[in-house]
Amino acid sequence: MSTLEIRNLQVSVNTDEGMVEILKGVDLTIESGQTHAIMGPNGSGKSTLAYSIAGHPKYTITGGTVTLDGADVLDMTVDERAKAGLFLAMQYPVEVPGVSVSNFLRTAATALRGEAPKLRTWVGEVKDAMEALNMDPAFATRNVNEGFSGGEKKRHEIMQLELLKPKMAILDETDSGLDVDALRIVSEGVNRAKAANNLGVILITHYTRILRYIKPDFVHVFANGRIVEQGGAELAEKLEASGYADYVSK
Amino acid sequence: MSVLTTNYLTPTGREEAWRFTPLKRLRGLHDGAAVQSDRESLITKGALPSGATFTRENLEPLSASDDVIIERVRGAVSSVAHLSIAANTELTEPIFLGRSAGGLDTAEFSRVRISLGTHAVATVIVENTTDTVLAEDLEIYLAPGSNLKFVTLQEFESKSVYTARHHAIVDKDATFKSITVTVGGDVVRILPTVAFKAPGASADLLGVYFATAGQFFEHRNHVDHAVPHAKSNVNYKGALAGKDAHTVWIGDVLIRAAAEGTDTYELNRNLLLSDGARADSVPNLEIETGEIIGAGHASTTGRFDDEQLFYLMSRGIAMADARRLVVRGFFNEIVTEIGNEEVQNRIMDRIDNELEKAARNG
Ligand SMILES: Nc1ncnc2c1ncn2[C@@H]1O[C@H](COP(=O)(O)OP(=O)(O)O)[C@@H](O)[C@H]1O
Ligand SMILES: [Mg+2]
Repeated sequence: MSTLEIRNLQVSVNTDEGMVEILKGVDLTIESGQTHAIMGPNGSGKSTLAYSIAGHPKYTITGGTVTLDGADVLDMTVDERAKAGLFLAMQYPVEVPGVSVSNFLRTAATALRGEAPKLRTWVGEVKDAMEALNMDPAFATRNVNEGFSGGEKKRHEIMQLELLKPKMAILDETDSGLDVDALRIVSEGVNRAKAANNLGVILITHYTRILRYIKPDFVHVFANGRIVEQGGAELAEKLEASGYADYVSK
Repeated sequence: MSVLTTNYLTPTGREEAWRFTPLKRLRGLHDGAAVQSDRESLITKGALPSGATFTRENLEPLSASDDVIIERVRGAVSSVAHLSIAANTELTEPIFLGRSAGGLDTAEFSRVRISLGTHAVATVIVENTTDTVLAEDLEIYLAPGSNLKFVTLQEFESKSVYTARHHAIVDKDATFKSITVTVGGDVVRILPTVAFKAPGASADLLGVYFATAGQFFEHRNHVDHAVPHAKSNVNYKGALAGKDAHTVWIGDVLIRAAAEGTDTYELNRNLLLSDGARADSVPNLEIETGEIIGAGHASTTGRFDDEQLFYLMSRGIAMADARRLVVRGFFNEIVTEIGNEEVQNRIMDRIDNELEKAARNG
């Protein structure tokens, strides 16, 4: 049982016009097995929240705390956060030229597990994970995210989620750019990871359609750098009908 | 041994061709102060396949060179180490040549010839190790329809001085690919050059280099499109780490008036891994005819991509390992072209070591 606790998180980003505050005090607590949907308009700070928890160097924490089972996440390096059990499925996964998917995955698994996975079982593990997400085995030999379509990048992110077995995952708009079939396949991957590892999930999304596949326990409306409303799954239905206009104008 | 006394021009450092090179560190190769050794260090490693011969003979140069060190080499040495691949010989395994005998007190002046008969196919890998002072005039002739992959590995130790011209003459429908790897030495200055002799010829000039603190590596490509319908592609990638690491890449491509239907592209990318290192990159395209298929060049010099490092680290990979992956990935595209796992792994390991060494020394 794990708890990710975000308290009064304030984050700024360095721009040409100086430091700009983006997160203005975010509070959120996620327990293992729970799924929290964060919904909000473009530019409201959702990715900033995701990146800040993962430790992207571009963002400066100006206040608040993030802890995982009491351990200070903000004090950890990016790789230490992953080793502590955090995972970020990125909105825009990064291309790494010349590094094959199989080399990348094995290096990551070695780092997270503390020892190189046995080659025999590992090959099978990767093959199964790829098959489960309907990915062509040829992906293993391609360079990380290089020339991947939008949908392929997202599948690759969820494949990592299944292979690397974190405690808490932040999925940043994993659903955007997916057609209906891909959305279902990717959602099933998330649900498998939830079932297998009692994963806690922060599901950042624009649209309610992914919530048909991944059932949220809580829905948070995000606007202008903070959570402005919280509720259960029914809140998503309301957003579907009325949009974010009510929240943005506030 | 003899001290060279002939009247050669001595570069001052103001000449375009010498403006980057630290002449003082050339151990007298450029000004005649070097004492010529009687070393003939180039040897074949392992038995030669049938169709290939390795001999020493007196040969006239195939091409003129205005490089003053090459002139000195030609003045001093008439015996040429000659690897010859007979016409229609198709070799599936690479031929390994190498230099492992060296010395810093005297300088080896060496002339080398590699010739391929018509429709011969071969891969030649030259392994340069040890600490040495070496000036090399290496000429390659590809007869019509032949195909050569020519790999040179500069894996010298830290005090070596190596200046060389690797000049390929590529005849009708012949295919030349060179892969020039420079990861060791104090001063390395190589002129990988190509002249097309007849239409249908093509050349890929690929290279990687990794310079750490104090090292100077210079690669001056020159591609002479003097005939129609030849194709060239230049792609050199370098990384630098450490104080006063200095690399120079010059990409001269000349498309003469007669060279209709030329297709050429040249690219140089440098990765600056620390402060205090300097990468000079000078593409230079001269076009004397508009009747070409394409001609372009690009040159970039950048640092580690934060987004790449973040992505890798967010999967638990430590900073040092993430950097290593990115650097390996950067070089991978060219190193895999060597096509020999053992050599590729050795070069990648060497690059890892250089990176680690640089990280240790800040
Ligand atoms: N690196 C950055 N430089 C400048 N502005 C940024 C940067 N990152 C985010 N922002 C700004 O912060 C705000 C929130 O962005 P983001 O977190 O990406 O929103 P969302 O994911 O909700 O669409 C936007 O106004 C965006 O322009
Ligand atoms: Mg976003």
